[in-house]
Amino acid sequence: MIERISNSQLFQLILANIKELIREPGVLFWGIVFPILMSLGLGVAFTKKKDVITQVAVIGENHLVHQAADSLSLIFTFLLQNKAILEHDREGKLARKLTVPDDKLGNTTFIFKSLDWKEAMVLLKRGNLNIVMDEKGGAVQYHFDPMNPDAQLTYLKLSRLLNVAGTVVKATNTEISPLTVSGTRYIDFLVPGLIAMGVMMSCMWGVSYAIIERRSKKLLRRMVATPMKRSNFFLALITVRILMNFVEAGLLFLAAWLAFGITVQGSVPALLALFISGNFAFAGIAILLSSHTSKTEVGNGLINALSMPMMVLSGVFFSYHNFPEWSIPVIQKFPLTMMADGIRSVMIEGAGFAEIGMSVVILSVSGLVLFIVGMRLFRWH
Amino acid sequence: MSTPTVIEVRNVFKSFKTVQAVRGIDLTIGAGQFVAILGPNGAGKTTLVEMIEGIQQPDEGEIFIMGKTWKGNDNYLRNIIGLSLQETHFIDKLSVWETLRLFASFFKIGAARCEEVLKLVALEEKRKAFVVNLSGGQRQRLALGIALINKPKILLLDEPTTGLDPNARREIWEILRSLKDETKTSLILTTHYMEEAEQLCDYIVIIDQGKILKQGTITDLLGEIQDLPVKPAETRKITLDDLFTSLTGRHLND
Ligand SMILES: Nc1ncnc2c1ncn2[C@@H]1O[C@H](COP(=O)(O)OP(=O)(O)OP(=O)(O)O)[C@@H](O)[C@H]1O
Ligand SMILES: [Mg+2]
Repeated sequence: MIERISNSQLFQLILANIKELIREPGVLFWGIVFPILMSLGLGVAFTKKKDVITQVAVIGENHLVHQAADSLSLIFTFLLQNKAILEHDREGKLARKLTVPDDKLGNTTFIFKSLDWKEAMVLLKRGNLNIVMDEKGGAVQYHFDPMNPDAQLTYLKLSRLLNVAGTVVKATNTEISPLTVSGTRYIDFLVPGLIAMGVMMSCMWGVSYAIIERRSKKLLRRMVATPMKRSNFFLALITVRILMNFVEAGLLFLAAWLAFGITVQGSVPALLALFISGNFAFAGIAILLSSHTSKTEVGNGLINALSMPMMVLSGVFFSYHNFPEWSIPVIQKFPLTMMADGIRSVMIEGAGFAEIGMSVVILSVSGLVLFIVGMRLFRWH
Repeated sequence: MSTPTVIEVRNVFKSFKTVQAVRGIDLTIGAGQFVAILGPNGAGKTTLVEMIEGIQQPDEGEIFIMGKTWKGNDNYLRNIIGLSLQETHFIDKLSVWETLRLFASFFKIGAARCEEVLKLVALEEKRKAFVVNLSGGQRQRLALGIALINKPKILLLDEPTTGLDPNARREIWEILRSLKDETKTSLILTTHYMEEAEQLCDYIVIIDQGKILKQGTITDLLGEIQDLPVKPAETRKITLDDLFTSLTGRHLND
């Protein structure tokens, strides 16, 4: 029995594909490690509040070290009341550091640097700071580019702090209640997109490129010069790919669950059905794409020409609702969009078969049709 | 000859866009015969052999193998033919053993035969080596092993020794000679080394520009040289190259 299985074509073909796959170190990295790193990186960047350090130029030394008793400096008063620490920066310039604690929006540390106007302009141009403070006629003045949102934010924060001068600044943001419910964070948006993209890339490179390469090496021609059943060839290639995609997606989900606590709110069977149908769709595309050419360069170009636009347009990294109104119905018909949106709605919105059933059907049927067309056109030589 | 015919090629033509690769070839090969198809680059050897192998289809003419055409007999014929293509790369990251097992499975053949073949082509020590790490000679022996895995009645080898050094070439010849002694396999091999044809084959077909120039046993062919106008220098042994030169005015390996 075991002997019969191990001698069977399909078994040997599957085994060969698995071995080829796992012996290629690049596969492990690009297929598994890279997506996880990307989700962790982007997830941390956009999900965790982070401490902000903002440099502010203050024109003239007297605002930091009050020497001229005759003119009262508002900025100095403010800094003194808040016990801003006086220090020298790396270039020996005087600076005062003030940290405003905030457990909701993240701490902000302001470094007030004493500079003359020329120095301030240089740093402004370099992007080291975005706001310059000065005092005229007993009023604080802010110089900044009104088109720069960062500068605007600094201005709003600073002016708010200085207006409550006389009291020690504390974050008075009781009115802010942060939305950290799972499902509304960027990571919740990103992971389903990455899962869908992983399937696309894996099928494109793992199926299309593998076929084209074997054709260019005349291996396909050698294989069909034996009694090998052609259907087994495709079956093995696609089966191994889908298995691999399950592993990839599973590990990505696991990492995101451990790091960010992402969950599946909706129906797990529906999610699996969608995942498999997405695999069918991309496998179909991959077979069709690779049906003719025996030049790996052409294959390379075809794969990029197809996958790049989808990666950008299909809302993997950011919502496609940023694109013009007229393009959205088109974008929504891309298989990657369909898959990413579907996974998202199951994972985040708690959808089930009722909501994504149509996508499952469309993806499966188009996968099958493309597969059949691809087989018709398929060249073994 | 009274041996039964295994391959019959009747008036076969094949063209590619601008090239007439094979221009009316007739050929009959008997059971157990070792036949060399000898010709320079671009003569049409590969095209002819691949049409016999059912990989390419002739534009005109017919090919019978064991009395059958390829149409409708694909599965039967694939099971009795063993072949190696002029250039095939197997899967780089599979070992010699795994590659044999894979191809054996296409013929529903198990591990025992793979062991035999491994021994036959003297690759036992390389059993676990990845294909990508084999030398040229070892790779050719693997290709030969795969061609032999189903104990084929008909073996077709397209330039099995091209690019190999004399030693590696002789190793392949040894394997093929033992095959001749021990089995009834018919062999067709293409080559542009007349030495290979002389050493290994009992029937030689010289083709050039898609046509057969001469065919016969080695003694027939060498005998003819005496009657030809171009005579080789007397100090040198008469070879097939002299025959080729006298027929075309060119050398075989040009
Ligand atoms: N697929 C093809 N498309 C176009 N032309 C081809 C193709 N295959 C062969 N030819 C042409 O047909 C002619 C015969 O080629 P073939 O490969 O049969 O020669 P050959 O005798 O095997 O040569 P070599 O010793 O170099 O292998 C050559 O001129 C070749 O360029
Ligand atoms: Mg050739």
